[in-house]
Amino acid sequence: MTTASVARVRVAVPRYVVLIVGAAIMVIPFLYMLSTSFKAQQYVLTTPPQFIPHPVTASNYTAAWQSNHFGRYFLNSVVVAVVSTALSLLLSSMMAFGFARFRFAGRELLFRLLLLGLMIPAMMLIIPQFVLAKYLGLLDSYGGLVVFYVGSSLALNTFLLRGFFESIPMELEQAMEIDGARAVTRYFRLILPLSKPVLATATIFTFLASWDEFAWALTIINSPEKRTLPLAIQLFQGQNQTLWGLVFAASAIAVIPVLVIFLIFQRYFVQGLTAGALKG
Amino acid sequence: MPLTATVAHARDARGRRAGVGPATHAGPTRRRRPRVRFTPYLFIAPGFALFALLIAYPMVRAFQMSFYDWQIVQGAASKFTGLDNYVKAYHDPIFWRALVNSGAYMALTVPAQVALGLAVAMLLKAKAPGRALFRALFYLPVVTSWVVVSLLFQYLFADSGLVNYGLHDVLHITAHNTSWLSGRWTALFAIAALGTWKGIGWSMMIFLAALQAVPRELEESAAVDGANTWRRFRAVTLPAIWPAMVFVTVMLVIGGFNVFISVLLMTGGGPADQTQVLLTYMYKQAFTNLDFGYGSAIAIVLTALVFVLSVVQMRIMRRTFDDGVAP
Repeated sequence: MTTASVARVRVAVPRYVVLIVGAAIMVIPFLYMLSTSFKAQQYVLTTPPQFIPHPVTASNYTAAWQSNHFGRYFLNSVVVAVVSTALSLLLSSMMAFGFARFRFAGRELLFRLLLLGLMIPAMMLIIPQFVLAKYLGLLDSYGGLVVFYVGSSLALNTFLLRGFFESIPMELEQAMEIDGARAVTRYFRLILPLSKPVLATATIFTFLASWDEFAWALTIINSPEKRTLPLAIQLFQGQNQTLWGLVFAASAIAVIPVLVIFLIFQRYFVQGLTAGALKG
Repeated sequence: MPLTATVAHARDARGRRAGVGPATHAGPTRRRRPRVRFTPYLFIAPGFALFALLIAYPMVRAFQMSFYDWQIVQGAASKFTGLDNYVKAYHDPIFWRALVNSGAYMALTVPAQVALGLAVAMLLKAKAPGRALFRALFYLPVVTSWVVVSLLFQYLFADSGLVNYGLHDVLHITAHNTSWLSGRWTALFAIAALGTWKGIGWSMMIFLAALQAVPRELEESAAVDGANTWRRFRAVTLPAIWPAMVFVTVMLVIGGFNVFISVLLMTGGGPADQTQVLLTYMYKQAFTNLDFGYGSAIAIVLTALVFVLSVVQMRIMRRTFDDGVAP
């Protein structure tokens, strides 16, 4: 008994030491960022650095929130992310239903095209997408953000949802069909309610992708009042001197909703990731 | 023939539909056929149309634009210049430097993320107190936006930042403060440190899922046979999680060549284009120099490169265990 438990401790202690060191490396930058967000400008780059801000000031938060309509940017980000997510979920779940439940000419070809879209990184397409957005009159508009956020999330969501829809037993649908339910009814009344976990996963991933998106917004948005949060945060980065307290107060405001979503819906993150991994 | 087969199959699934639908005067067979043909397309059309317009069409368009001296200004005619943009890249030293920088970033970040992600996953494999907490902490950087963490690392690697304080004042490894972001290789190192730090949680998650699926009996019987930890890992665990290893590596290589925001925000490709990577250079050509044709050519070269690398990797890695060759 003793030898076994001694052996277990001898394995467990180094394991925890390594894990704690690793986790500290992951977390300390965030804690240091939070700390700096409560410092006045003259204390942000001192030697030795201040780990606990002294004196503590909340002025960065008030300054960040009041400067350049930061509240407006927050709202812009919320609206763009919510609308993009809702549209993307609707369109991709319809596509997933079509692919999962019907056999039709061109099914394989269309699905392969979608998979191709999954493999092309968004940045590769930014030049022709810019030209297209210009042609469609979508530059410098919320519509331009939403339409392209929906477009670039469709492939992944359809892939994710189709896999889940296929796992729903066919018998349930056939029973509804006998009762005369049309495809639309089966989609809304049966498939969607049964797929809440995977819909949650897709919702979280799409929302976060839109919330954090930077390159496309940087490219098409010009008007100050149409900026989203990532753009606003980046603009606090100065050409010569960056007001780090301000940058990190703004960052904290943008990151906190993400962390809350992550901590509450952790298991959906895992499901979403592994669905991609085990099938890809 | 295969077409008829699929249609017939679809009708079997939907065969009990007789009597449903508005067209009551037509016979059941004739009524069912169009329903089966059109219903799936109605579900797929709206989303796929958007996908085709916003993703598929730009793919083709990028290819086309790379052969033009593209004019973004209204009314100006774009001129077909054949391979000129590609020739220009071939003779452009900054393009080559950007390619090398992208490659260096990939070479620095991919092995580190694979090795560290797998190591953490092995440590968190068994059910133990604090497992969920550690998993969440390691995953934290993954969910944080690139903009925030890029600025954060710019701050940490600042001349009088935390990294220099640690290396110089605490550990006395460096004789003086390193100006990390103003030299090519030190800046790439800082950017790669960010990439690795942000990515470990992702590979850890994939490996953890793969490790859960390894049958315990296999590892236990190897232990009974007297195999030590390392041999057990190589003989049992690694082959079992190899598909995940292939997936993670291929995705990370693609991701490595797609490094953009961190470089743009931490160095802006500077000083004097020293730290340009392919995407920041593409972005600069298109949206600063308004040379859309050249920018597109760089994007096409990058796409082709990533595609070839992925295929080669999958070929090599998929074969590893089929041939009985241990990695």
